[in-house]
Amino acid sequence: MFVRLVYESFRRQPRRKLLVAVAVTLGAAVATAMIAIATDIGDKVSRELRSLGANLVVTPEEDRLDVQIGSVNLKPAGTYLNEADLPKIKGIFWRNNITGFAPLLPVNARMPSGEVILVGTYFSKSLQFGNQQFTTGARATFPWWQVEGGWPTDDSQDVLVGRRLVSRLNVSPGSLITINGESHRVAGILETGGDEDHQIIAPLAIAQDLAGSPGAIGKIFVSALTKPEDAFARRNPDSLSPADRDRWYCSPYPQSIAYQLQEVIPHSHAEQIRRIAQNEGTVLSRINGLMLLITLAALLTSGLAVAAAMATAMFERREEVGLMKALGAGHFSLSVIFVTESVLLAMIGGVLGFGVGSLLATELGRTIFGSSIVVQPVLLPVVLGLAIGVTFAGSAVAIRRAVKSDAVQALRGEA
Amino acid sequence: MSRRPHKRSMFLRMLARAAVLRKRSAHAALLAIVVAAAAATAMLNLFSDVQGKLHREFRNFGANIVVNAPEGKALTEQELNGIEAAVDGHGLAVPFAYAVTRTEHDQPIVVAGTELDLARRLNPWWSVSSWPHASGQALLGVRAARLVFPDGKPFNLRYQGRGIQLSSAGTLQTGASEDSRIYLFLSDFHQLTGLKPSVVEISAEGSQSQVTSLLQALRTAFPNLDVRPVRQIAEGEANVLGKTRSTLLASSALIVCTAALCVLATLMGWVFDRRRDFAIMKALGASDRLIALFVAGEAAVLGSAGAVLGFSAGIGIAAWIGRANFHASVSPRFELFPPVLAGCLLVTIFSTIPPLRLLRRIQPAMILRGE
Repeated sequence: MFVRLVYESFRRQPRRKLLVAVAVTLGAAVATAMIAIATDIGDKVSRELRSLGANLVVTPEEDRLDVQIGSVNLKPAGTYLNEADLPKIKGIFWRNNITGFAPLLPVNARMPSGEVILVGTYFSKSLQFGNQQFTTGARATFPWWQVEGGWPTDDSQDVLVGRRLVSRLNVSPGSLITINGESHRVAGILETGGDEDHQIIAPLAIAQDLAGSPGAIGKIFVSALTKPEDAFARRNPDSLSPADRDRWYCSPYPQSIAYQLQEVIPHSHAEQIRRIAQNEGTVLSRINGLMLLITLAALLTSGLAVAAAMATAMFERREEVGLMKALGAGHFSLSVIFVTESVLLAMIGGVLGFGVGSLLATELGRTIFGSSIVVQPVLLPVVLGLAIGVTFAGSAVAIRRAVKSDAVQALRGEA
Repeated sequence: MSRRPHKRSMFLRMLARAAVLRKRSAHAALLAIVVAAAAATAMLNLFSDVQGKLHREFRNFGANIVVNAPEGKALTEQELNGIEAAVDGHGLAVPFAYAVTRTEHDQPIVVAGTELDLARRLNPWWSVSSWPHASGQALLGVRAARLVFPDGKPFNLRYQGRGIQLSSAGTLQTGASEDSRIYLFLSDFHQLTGLKPSVVEISAEGSQSQVTSLLQALRTAFPNLDVRPVRQIAEGEANVLGKTRSTLLASSALIVCTAALCVLATLMGWVFDRRRDFAIMKALGASDRLIALFVAGEAAVLGSAGAVLGFSAGIGIAAWIGRANFHASVSPRFELFPPVLAGCLLVTIFSTIPPLRLLRRIQPAMILRGE
């Protein structure tokens, strides 16, 4: 009898059920999409922020003063890092968070027109760690570098010339220049808005030849996806308890990634570039916070809207309730029927909404960030729970009123 | 003709009585409208304000425009004042001067002269143990402090036969080239080297187009100086802001659409629920048009009330989000009220159409019999 009542109610009143189901589906879809976006936006924005370039720098352990302004470099040659250690960066715990790195080796070079700084680096070099093949270099690490002409390849003798050197050297892409007596082709003109505008950028091997120390690199710029720094991140890992130390080590803070870089590269000192790392953290937490609050607002909005739709649908049925009561139905059995109906609706709407919401989130991720947002399956029970809770709350008031009302009044249409 | 005012007063009385007597059944519908209006207001308000807020966050990255004097020259007094005047009100301009000086042990070291209090505002990410307050005090980069002046005593710097004695106020850590430098007040720097600033770093406020127009203005005013945007920051900023904007827009559209559709569902149920009233009205001789007008009038009243309540709530929500997340208030935009009101009226009136069309086709007797 109970099953038949519920079944018939769905069969005979498809319009009312449809309206409510649509409301619940929409609410659940928005909830799913917003929660998925809010949980994923940190990762997505963090990736976008990598266009700001390296946020960590690895230097030789021995402290040394950089004495360089503009195009003058008075730095005495000190100690170097070893180029052979570079692939190990892809072996650290947070290797998948390393989006790129570039070694730099600045040397002073002689040109007919005077001394210039020549910096050796990887442009887009293929490296291997274990059986893992990856490509990295300046193009991945400094995405704002703009080249007029073409990029040199890493095994060529071609170079890039900084924009502010162009007039002094009188070169254009394709022309030849003489560095330390050897002739090199200018592949392109580099514009960065930074010190590189005064420099010549060349494949690493050329700089190592000029320095007379094969395999040497001066510093490594590392671009890593990090988590905004908090008070815990600033603790000294060596003073933490083993459990806390593991937690510190396994969080992608700038500090812990720097620590891990220092572990794999012998005689090195890694630290965050505060200008990027610090501000990146602030921007990231602002956007995260914004999305969190908007998601809260969205949940509230869809919850209230669904509750309102549910309440109206229930209110419509007071005559039905009156009839059932006149036929002898008790408060309890009445409530059970209506609650079952709303839970059923919530389940249907919730599952449909989850599907629609997942599609929406994926689609939004693809159009906005160019990579899809993965909706965790864990979200399904959460959304279902929310849908049932909201539908139930929305109908509870109306059910209570209907159940308590006078059957005669309801049937006469006076309720 | 004399019956028209009477008719109108009857119409208004019916509206008023319906609002009073039927207020219970209208609660849910009103709630739905308020929620939708509040969501729309809050999202529109935030959307226009968040851009500015995020632009401000990005100004913490420091300069986005750099002005360089021609190689080997310094900026003239006139140029410095001109740049400052052009930037005034649009941001912050901080002059920098650099020179390689020697310590007592003849170690070369880069010294930078600047207005330290301005540099502090320009570069909030500098981690400084204590800022210098008076001339004669210097800010030492951590590497410089460790390698050259480990004892923290006053020290001497020499530059082409000139010299100065300085004391260390604190250390500076950035993880970049600043760590190897010594920062002085411009007056001390001038006393030591006799040099004038050659670089002005500018942190220009506002949107991309505002920054570009300042850039253009500086270029036309100082054709012989090198005025450049800092590409590293500008590109990252444009990237992140664009994506955030799109995400926000998509979420707003999603939320507002859901809320509007729920209003539709609620109101359709509400109108349909009252089919018996309309049947009676019809049986008493009311035309379809009059009933439609009556329902539309009711819906309009509901929509306006919902819009007013929802607008105030939405302004509140936007202000709260601004305070909670950006620690700055989101200014209410009252010019948003007309569109919100129009949207509410459109949705409410539109949602009365399907149930009314259904009613029109049915005989009043059938409804009154409960079929």
